[in-house]
Amino acid sequence: MNALVTENIEKRFANHLALDDVSIEVPQGSIFGLLGPNGAGKTTLIRIINQITAPDKGNVFINGEKLSSKHIYKIGYLPEERGLYKKMKVGEQALYLCQLKGLSKADALKSLKKWFEKFEIQSWWDKKVEELSKGMQQKIQFIITILHKPEILIFDEPFSGFDPINTNILKEEILELRKDGATIIFSTHNMASVEEICDHIALINKSQKILDGEINHIRNTYASDVYEIDFDGYFSKLESTLTSDYKIIEVIENQNGAKMKVEILNKEMKSNDLLSRMTQFGNISLFQKHLPGMNDIFIKVVGETNSKNEKTYNYE
Amino acid sequence: MNKIGLIIKREYSTRVKKKSFVIMTILGPLLFAALMIAPVILMQLEDDEYKKIAVIDESGMFHDALENTKYIEFNDVSLDYYDPATVSYDLSTAKQKLKDSDYYALLYIPHTAVQGVKGSVVIYSYQQPNVGLKMHIANGIEKRLEDIKLSIKAGEFGITEAQVTEILNVVNTNIDIVTSTLDEDGGEKESSTEVAMIIGYICGFLIYMFVFMYGSQVMRGVIEEKTTRIIEVIVSSVKPFQLMMGKIIGVALVGLTQFVLWVVLTIAIVTGAQSVLLKDYDTSQMTPQTINMGSTLNEDTPTPDEESMKFEEIFKAVFAVNYFQIIVLFLFYFIGGYLLYAAMFAIVGSAVDNETDTQQFMLPITVPLILAIVVMVSAINNPSGSLSYWFSIIPFTSPIVMMVRVPFGVPVVDLIISMSLLVLTFVFMTWFASKIYRVGILMYGKKVNYKELWKWFRYKN
Repeated sequence: MNALVTENIEKRFANHLALDDVSIEVPQGSIFGLLGPNGAGKTTLIRIINQITAPDKGNVFINGEKLSSKHIYKIGYLPEERGLYKKMKVGEQALYLCQLKGLSKADALKSLKKWFEKFEIQSWWDKKVEELSKGMQQKIQFIITILHKPEILIFDEPFSGFDPINTNILKEEILELRKDGATIIFSTHNMASVEEICDHIALINKSQKILDGEINHIRNTYASDVYEIDFDGYFSKLESTLTSDYKIIEVIENQNGAKMKVEILNKEMKSNDLLSRMTQFGNISLFQKHLPGMNDIFIKVVGETNSKNEKTYNYE
Repeated sequence: MNKIGLIIKREYSTRVKKKSFVIMTILGPLLFAALMIAPVILMQLEDDEYKKIAVIDESGMFHDALENTKYIEFNDVSLDYYDPATVSYDLSTAKQKLKDSDYYALLYIPHTAVQGVKGSVVIYSYQQPNVGLKMHIANGIEKRLEDIKLSIKAGEFGITEAQVTEILNVVNTNIDIVTSTLDEDGGEKESSTEVAMIIGYICGFLIYMFVFMYGSQVMRGVIEEKTTRIIEVIVSSVKPFQLMMGKIIGVALVGLTQFVLWVVLTIAIVTGAQSVLLKDYDTSQMTPQTINMGSTLNEDTPTPDEESMKFEEIFKAVFAVNYFQIIVLFLFYFIGGYLLYAAMFAIVGSAVDNETDTQQFMLPITVPLILAIVVMVSAINNPSGSLSYWFSIIPFTSPIVMMVRVPFGVPVVDLIISMSLLVLTFVFMTWFASKIYRVGILMYGKKVNYKELWKWFRYKN
C-alpha cells in the first residue's frame, strides 16, 4: 500500500520546466528520501503535494484518494525556508499555527504542553520568538509540524541549524513517528543521514526523476564486485598469488594481517573463488560485499545524466 | 472560513497589543483636542496679563473715552511730555522712556485723529499687542468720534443729542429685525455651506489617512511574513487567498477600532476641557468687548440675543445635515477605498523582499491618492463641477472626492454609479492581487519588475 503516489507530474513556470513527468511511490510506513541537487525541482514537488501550487499535468494520490483540500490535515510539512513571527510569543504562536492546521484550541494546548514537557522547554512558552536561538526555533517548528499527528510528514532539510545532540534527538523522534505509523518524506543533501534512516529514495535531477526504489536494492545495483576483507595471515604471500583476475583497491597492513578491499575483475569468477584462495594463507574474520555510499551513487548518477544532457543540448 | 477568522483574530490582536498602537490611540485625541482647545487657552493666557498703557492724547478728547477693564489700565501721561515752548508733545522721549517704565505700551493719539485720519493712532510697544487690546482701544476711540460727530450733527440740524440717540435707537432696532429675517433665509444657507465644507474636508482627509496608514500596514505584514520565512508554513495549512483576506480584514478592524477610539476620546477630552475652561472664558476679556460692540450702553440687551440667535442658526445648520446618510456613506467609502488600496499594497508586499525595495511599486498607489487630495480641494469649491463629478466616479479617487461632495447633496444616480464601480473594482483588484500574491510570497531573492508581476499573474494556480 502506498501512502503517497504522484503520477506524471508536470509543472512549468513561464519558460522554465520545473517538473517533467515525475512519478514517485511512497510506501506506507516508509522513510522516503527525496534527493537531488539544488534547483532540481524537489521543493516544487513538495509544494504540489502540500497543495501550495497545483501541477499543470498529472495527479497526486494520498492513500489511493485523489489529493483534495481535506488532505491538508493529513500532512505535516517542515519547509526548508522556515521561520516564525519574531514578535509573537512562542506558546501563542504555536497554538495559532496548530489551530490553522485544524486542531481545536483545547486539543492543541494539551498536546503542546505535553511536547514542551518532553523537550523540557516549558520556560520558553511566554518568551518572544526573537529571544530564542535558531536551533531553539527549529525545535518549536518541529513540534508544530508533527503536533496534529499527520499521516504523512514532509521534512525539507530538517537537520540544518541543529547541533549533533539535537540532530540525534530529532532523528529518534522521526523514527518514533514512523513506529507510530507515519509515513515520512525526507528531502536533504545530507547523504549520511539518508543511508542511516531512509528505506526508499527518489533522485530528481533537472526536473526529471532519474532513479528511485528501495535503498538497499539501489546500493546493490550500483555495487561492483568489490569485497571488504579483514584478514589475519601472510598478506605478502596472498598478494603474490593473486592473478590479474583480481585487483587490490585498498589495503591497510597491520601486525597480524591486513584490512583490504578487493575487486574481482573477471566477471566469471565468484566470490567463493577469492575466499578459497585466501583461506590457504590465514584466517578471515570479515568478508562482505562492499556497497557504494549514497553519496557516490548520487554523484555518479547525477553526473551521468548531466553529461548525457549536455550532448543533446542545443545552444540557442 | 474558520481559518480566515483565526487569521483575522491574530492580525487584530497582535496589532492592537502593540505599544505603537496604544501610544497612537492616546496621542491622537490629545493632539486633536489640543488643536481645538489651544486657541482658547492661548487667548486666556494673554488676557491674564495686567497691562498699564500710557496715553498721549494731543487733542485731550480721548483720554477719558478709554475705559479701564479688569486687565487693562489707561494712564494719561500727555502733560509729562508737553513742551509749552514748541506747543507740541515730545513723542520721541516718551518712546525712549517706555523701555524702563512699567508701562506695557504707549498709545499716541494725535490731533489728526479727531478728523478721523486713518493710521494716525499708534500703539508703541515691545511686544505685539493682542487683538483684544487693539479692538478695545479702537472701539473706545471710534465711539468717542461718533459721539463728537453726533453732537456736531445734532447742532447743525438743531436737535438735541438725546433726539439723535433716539433716532439711532429706532434705526438700530429696525436694522436688527431686518438682519434677523435676512438671516433666516440667506444666512442659514450660508452657514450650512460652511458646515458641509468642514464635514467634507474631514471625511476626505480621514479616508486618505486611513488608506495610507493601514494600507502600508498590510504591506509591512506581508513583507514580515516573507522575511521571517513563516509564509511557507502557513500556506501549507491555508490558502494564500485566505491569508491575504484575513490580513486585510484584520488590519481594517484595527483601523476602525483606532478611528472609533479617536472620535470617542477626542469628544471626551474636548468636552471635559470645555467645562473647565469655559467658566473662565465667560468672565474674561470677551464680556467687556461684547459690551463695547453695542452701540449704546442702554442697549446691552439685544447683543446677547443676537449671539444666541447666531448659535441657534449654526446648530440648525449643523443638524440640517443628513448625518445618517453621511455616516453610512463615509463607512462605505472608508472601507471600500481601504479594501481597494490594501489589495494593491498586498501586491507590493508580496513582490519585494524588504521594505526598501517597495519604492519602485509605490507610484501606482501614491499618484491616485495624491491626485484625489488635489481634486478634493477644488471639489469643495465646486462640488457639482465636471472635475468633481468624474473623480467621484473613478474608483481610485472616488472614496475621497465623493465624500467631499456628499454633504452638499449628490444625485442618487451618481452615488449608485460610483459605489457600484468601487465595489466592482475592489473585487477585481482583490482577485488580481491574490493571483500575484500567491506567487510572490514564495519568491525570494528575485529582482522583480512590472513585467515579472504580469508573468506571475498569468501563472496557472
